[in-house]
Amino acid sequence: MERNIALVALFAALIAALGIIPAVMLPFGVPITAQSLGVMLCGTVLGARRGALAVLLFLLLVFLGLPLLSGGKGGLGVVFGPTGGFVVGFPVAALVAGLITQGWRRAPLALAAGVGAAVGGAVLYAFGIIGMAQVLGKTLPEAALLVTAFIPGDAIKAVLAGLVTSALYRARPRAVLSRA
Amino acid sequence: MISLTSPVETRAHRWPAGVKLAALCVATMLLFGLDNLPGQAAAFAGMLVFYAAPGWLFFRSGMARLRMLWPFLAVILVWHLVTATPAQGAVIGLRLVTAVGLANLVTMTTRLSDMVAVVRWLAGPLRRFGLQTRTLEMGIALVIRFAPMLAQKGGALTRAWRARSPRRPGWRIVLPFTLIAIDDAEHVAEALKARGGI
Repeated sequence: MERNIALVALFAALIAALGIIPAVMLPFGVPITAQSLGVMLCGTVLGARRGALAVLLFLLLVFLGLPLLSGGKGGLGVVFGPTGGFVVGFPVAALVAGLITQGWRRAPLALAAGVGAAVGGAVLYAFGIIGMAQVLGKTLPEAALLVTAFIPGDAIKAVLAGLVTSALYRARPRAVLSRA
Repeated sequence: MISLTSPVETRAHRWPAGVKLAALCVATMLLFGLDNLPGQAAAFAGMLVFYAAPGWLFFRSGMARLRMLWPFLAVILVWHLVTATPAQGAVIGLRLVTAVGLANLVTMTTRLSDMVAVVRWLAGPLRRFGLQTRTLEMGIALVIRFAPMLAQKGGALTRAWRARSPRRPGWRIVLPFTLIAIDDAEHVAEALKARGGI
């Protein structure tokens, strides 16, 4: 029990800390932060349920007014902003990534976690695009057009999530609850 | 840890947090139902008055927080000039700024402890069903304690990398960073157990 709470809380803190690490710039000037990678890792490492709980705990603190989103953003404004859909989709993305990592046991962990993170990312985009269409008053295809610039970065992050998860499994097998 | 609550003491700091949150929900629903330009402009002006009332310092820091919306406003502006629907663009842009502005206003005038009290109150019915809300409160406390600490350790990792390599660390430090988080979690779990558990 204590171990689960500690892991969930520390991964929530990890998402926050990853938002502070300097963003990697894509060639055409779009910043990618490691924060959404942290969200995926919650799912692929902690499994669906605990991963989603860690992300929910992180979001709760963001909504309560702590500046934990990348760029020091936080508070209730982020829900109503154009990227609010992405924020709402975070826990669902972690849940999906966790379900695939847990369920697809015959695949090597790196592959299962990578695919999980990719599908989770796709779910995240679905939420993000719906949110953006609502707030900016655009149709869904128009909103989708506005976020295409971020897709390469997230594809890279899905691959990274797979590699990091399998490396973690080699280093700390007991802590990778999705395969424990 | 620094929260986004404004250090400028306003009258709204003393209003009950639950009322402010409920009012925010109602206001946002109204904003998204309102489709005419004069109405949105009036709501926008009203929001500015709220920001201006506590004084210049509060107004300036509030406006600085809205700066993150500029790229989106630029997209809306270009979009609706191209499609020749400027009035609709103005409604969408004003609504966006007003909705985010009002939400930030609640965040700026509500202390973290008051917000946590609202969460406690909302979780009340769960307690009646026998769910442990103590774990939730423990989780909140742990994240508040460990997010800055982990960020510090991440900074140390980055510096260690920089001292040894001419290249930027980037994604390569994510693995050791996650390992730190896992090891810290194991220590915290042991410490919690040693103090009688949850």
